Amino acid sequence: MAIDILMPALSPTMEEGTLSKWLKKEGDTISSGDVIAEIETDKATMEVEAVDEGVLAKILVDEGTEGVKVNSVIARLAEDGESASDVEAAAPGAAEEKADAVPAEQSSDQSDKDAQVSDKAGPPTPAVSTLKDPTVPEGTSFVDTTVRDALRDAMAEEMRRDDAVFVMGEEVAEYQGAYKVTRELLQEFGAKRVVDTPITEHGFAGLGVGAAFGGLKPIVEFMTFNFAMQAIDQIINSAAKTLYMSGGQMGCPIVFRGPNGAASRVGAQHSHDYSAWYSNVPGLKVVAPYDAADAKGLLKAAIRDPNPVVFLEHELLYGESFPVPEVEDYVLPIGKARVRRSGTDVTLVAHSRMVGFALQAAEKLAEDGIDAEVIDLRTLRPLDTDTVIESVKKTNRIVTCEEGWRYMGVGAEICATVVNEAFDYLDAPPTRVHQKDVPLPYAANLEAMSLPGTADIIEAAKKVCHV
Amino acid sequence: MAKAPSKSKSSTRKNKLNREEALKFYRDMLLIRRFEERAGQLYGMGKIAGFCHLYIGQEAVVTGMQACLKEGDQVITGYRDHGHMLACDMDPKGVMAELTGRADGYSKGKGGSMHMFSKEKNFYGGHGIVGAQVPIGTGLAFSNKYRGTDNVCLAYFGDGAANQGQVYESFNMASLWDLPVVYVIENNQYAMGTSVARASAEIELFKRGISFEIEGEEVDGMDVYAVKEAGEKAVKYARSGKGPYILEMKTYRYRGHSMSDPAKYRKREEVDDIRTHHDPIDGLKARLLKEELATEDDLKALDKEIKDIVKAAADFSLDSPEPDPSELWTDVLREVESV
Ligand SMILES: Cc1ncc(C[n+]2csc(CCOP(=O)(O)OP(=O)(O)O)c2C)c(N)n1
Ligand SMILES: [Mg+2]
Repeated sequence: MAIDILMPALSPTMEEGTLSKWLKKEGDTISSGDVIAEIETDKATMEVEAVDEGVLAKILVDEGTEGVKVNSVIARLAEDGESASDVEAAAPGAAEEKADAVPAEQSSDQSDKDAQVSDKAGPPTPAVSTLKDPTVPEGTSFVDTTVRDALRDAMAEEMRRDDAVFVMGEEVAEYQGAYKVTRELLQEFGAKRVVDTPITEHGFAGLGVGAAFGGLKPIVEFMTFNFAMQAIDQIINSAAKTLYMSGGQMGCPIVFRGPNGAASRVGAQHSHDYSAWYSNVPGLKVVAPYDAADAKGLLKAAIRDPNPVVFLEHELLYGESFPVPEVEDYVLPIGKARVRRSGTDVTLVAHSRMVGFALQAAEKLAEDGIDAEVIDLRTLRPLDTDTVIESVKKTNRIVTCEEGWRYMGVGAEICATVVNEAFDYLDAPPTRVHQKDVPLPYAANLEAMSLPGTADIIEAAKKVCHV
Repeated sequence: MAKAPSKSKSSTRKNKLNREEALKFYRDMLLIRRFEERAGQLYGMGKIAGFCHLYIGQEAVVTGMQACLKEGDQVITGYRDHGHMLACDMDPKGVMAELTGRADGYSKGKGGSMHMFSKEKNFYGGHGIVGAQVPIGTGLAFSNKYRGTDNVCLAYFGDGAANQGQVYESFNMASLWDLPVVYVIENNQYAMGTSVARASAEIELFKRGISFEIEGEEVDGMDVYAVKEAGEKAVKYARSGKGPYILEMKTYRYRGHSMSDPAKYRKREEVDDIRTHHDPIDGLKARLLKEELATEDDLKALDKEIKDIVKAAADFSLDSPEPDPSELWTDVLREVESV
């Protein structure tokens, strides 16, 4: 029986990729573990290693082919005792059968995945309309940019502008960033300013704080914020509190940045949203942008800020593209929310990736005659409560949306503020959308149940609108 | 007083092998290799998701170390944990079903590749945070001493993890209190894309215990017998109440760090060289044949047996249902029985 070699996936979200190179040719003998080909996506390259043994009988996809679907047959192996020509002559039927069998088996999973894409884990389509940023002058042109590149550009621009700015973290330099956010910074700025650290979060966060006390402006990348828990003592006890404790002498201009919150199927220890944790601490600023323009403008502001800024990114937004204004020095104010959609019936408040879901929910709600206003908080500390209160005074209803847990959360803070400051305007109890109150599970179905999405927001909005 | 750390190069290479043990080692290592290859394939097919760190190349380390343990001894490691679980005699079906996120997995599908446990087999995880298992393993050793057992804990961690501060905090306490723990550093030369030399001021990691008065030894981690020999000495030392011991296993991972790995940080030839000249399984196979402890046919039959076990595990892991939705809410807290 011939064995099919299938196009593998590099990640759960990968659907297709480029078959960049064949390292074996037809007729070569292959043992399990041999590298037979290289494949590539926009994010990574991977070597395809053989699992089975035999002779490479037939290559079905030429090297250089783009858009090769995951799980499609790329080559065929002849097993022990079979000749290559046997395979060529006899295999198609058998292989066809198998090629069919795999996708069929996949299809139930696939539809699950699709369901996720439209609602949960998958990225929201940025096609949803967003109000123009009033601070961008009329006539400005925009360039579609991924969040990943916008963050990179922000760092590069600030590093050009001020040589006290440097970036450090695990795999930021030679590896070009675990999520490629620091791509090509090493090439431009050299190893003095783009520093690979050992895996020692508590150590390098503390070292960064010391460097900031010493007059530098460090950007400390955490590979993800999950690992910043190792460093949280330095972030809070050293970076956030020292200015106060020194009677204003010891400023700490530092940015702690990296992806925060759930990625995809990486389990509880790698999927934690820390928005509420850092936002609890006086002495810190906390920024959590949604689109690429905000990511760029706010990261530039964070680097220039004389205070410690915790900058929460989202892995599942890195690859999303958004229009970024072509403005000479695009810096946005920290502490200002942005109304992304104006509406009269209900206020949806969100930050980071939940903004995309809130915008999608607003579109769907409109079909049911509910006109939702969407506020993108952008900064969590200081919180722009004015924008939220003003909106609630107009809509009389509020739904807060966060990826993290509800207890003592961002939504709790906003709802309490609304109750304090706009109690008489409320027509319904403030309502919260959030992650289920359990550590994030690995299993696909449980993960999808656990994370909040568009459907949860729609349901909550309808409830407060009594529909 | 601790002796100076040493590089032990000795191995029982000259002695004749015990057939039964040799075949068991071969079988155990091959099971891990084939299991991991299959896991890699299932990942490529989208059946396993998230992070999946394969142990291929490092099989001799857990296989040799496990041979030094007795009932009740504990094992703990990081996220590159499939090999450790199989070595602890956990069921390949349950491990694979956890990788696919199904109800029959060791964590009911809720943990995934990096977070699996079996109290029954004294396997304490499976930890996703680099270095976190080291103080936890030290605490298991503390509990052994406290309860007055003579059990030992093996705490495995990587060359990259060796730079985490909590490792040294653990070393200090373990030595201060003579805790029965063996620290097994799996030095596979890289932490993601960073070589040891680029991350460690002292690259001879077995010396990292010097200022804590912990003995350390460098071991050829590609030779299961060298591992076992060093392991026996270290475990005996810890078991006798003398305190912790460090073994630095020089080993190598053939595959990428996780499933998507740019592989730009090392040369293909480097990988090929180790695979061709230092593979732990091929090495043992050659010895088995040379010393006429097994024939080609014996080994082929063994290969087949293992292929079948792994295939059964893969099939099981795909047939097992997704966890019931109600499982979302279970296991967050234990019930309070009586106050
Ligand atoms: C505290 C923490 N920081 C960073 C990471 C991301 N990370 C996962 S594995 C890894 C490399 C670890 O290398 P090593 O200890 O040598 O183990 P190996 O992967 O080689 O087995 C890194 C940086 C993490 N999981 N936890
Ligand atoms: Mg390593």
